[in-house]
Amino acid sequence: MKAQTLIAVAIFSITGAVAAQAATPTEIQAGYAAQARQASAGFTSFSAARGEQFFKATHGGEWSCTSCHTATPTSAGKHAKTGKAITPLAPSADPERFTDSARTEKWFRRNCNDVAGRECTAIEKGDVMAFLMLFGKK
Amino acid sequence: MNLKPLLARIALALAASSATLITSQLAAAEHVYDISGKAYKGECTSCHIAFPPQLMSGPSWRTLMSSLDKHFGTDASLDPKAALEIGQYLEKNASTRRADPPVPLKEAPRITTSAWFVKEHREVPTAMWKSKAVGNVSNCAACHTRADQGDFSERTLRLPR
Repeated sequence: MKAQTLIAVAIFSITGAVAAQAATPTEIQAGYAAQARQASAGFTSFSAARGEQFFKATHGGEWSCTSCHTATPTSAGKHAKTGKAITPLAPSADPERFTDSARTEKWFRRNCNDVAGRECTAIEKGDVMAFLMLFGKK
Repeated sequence: MNLKPLLARIALALAASSATLITSQLAAAEHVYDISGKAYKGECTSCHIAFPPQLMSGPSWRTLMSSLDKHFGTDASLDPKAALEIGQYLEKNASTRRADPPVPLKEAPRITTSAWFVKEHREVPTAMWKSKAVGNVSNCAACHTRADQGDFSERTLRLPR
């Protein structure tokens, strides 16, 4: 009995660790939905239209998301400062996009600071993801 | 007790280490640098080439790593674990002989403002720096075709037309 519990715990922690590394865009977006519900009771769902607006707007600064990522999420972009190539943001065009929650958070943190001068809210992140996930949907 | 194999092993190890030393000195003379730090390459090449750690002193790298949230106009902040690992790698492999670039008040030290950098590039005309092919003084790969491999040797140098 005890050994069985141990094995179960071991299997759970291994699969749990793997899940923390690899995720799907839908899972990562669901994480933002949970945060959004916690932050505002009125939250119902993410909006691709709001996400598109946020993605294409400048937020009081010089840059928008499109400065590096272009206005077409299925197109490759270019770093506005260094010129380094950036793979498309839409998961349909680059299957590695939004499959690692830590990596997703790192880039939202950096890029929201660069574009908006602050971190993005969970709603903004989920909205932008909704917009990006529209592309190439069959 | 037979000491022979042990002595042979020590001799071999010494020969190997001096060979490595000679190779790395030769490499530095040819402007080819080791940029194999896994975390360094993994993180920093998201936005730019892996600038060789050997091009700046330890204190300069430390200053640069302490202001990653304001990294030449962009937020390049890292989680503390990655920042520590990369900082240690840069300082361990930093230059011990190059003079530091001047430390500006509002931003991190730039390799490209070092006296040696300016001297090495003194024959590059201003128009070329400003050309579309170069655009930015930190765009090493515009002329150093294998800059992304740490190779800044003469034989890999191609001036853009």
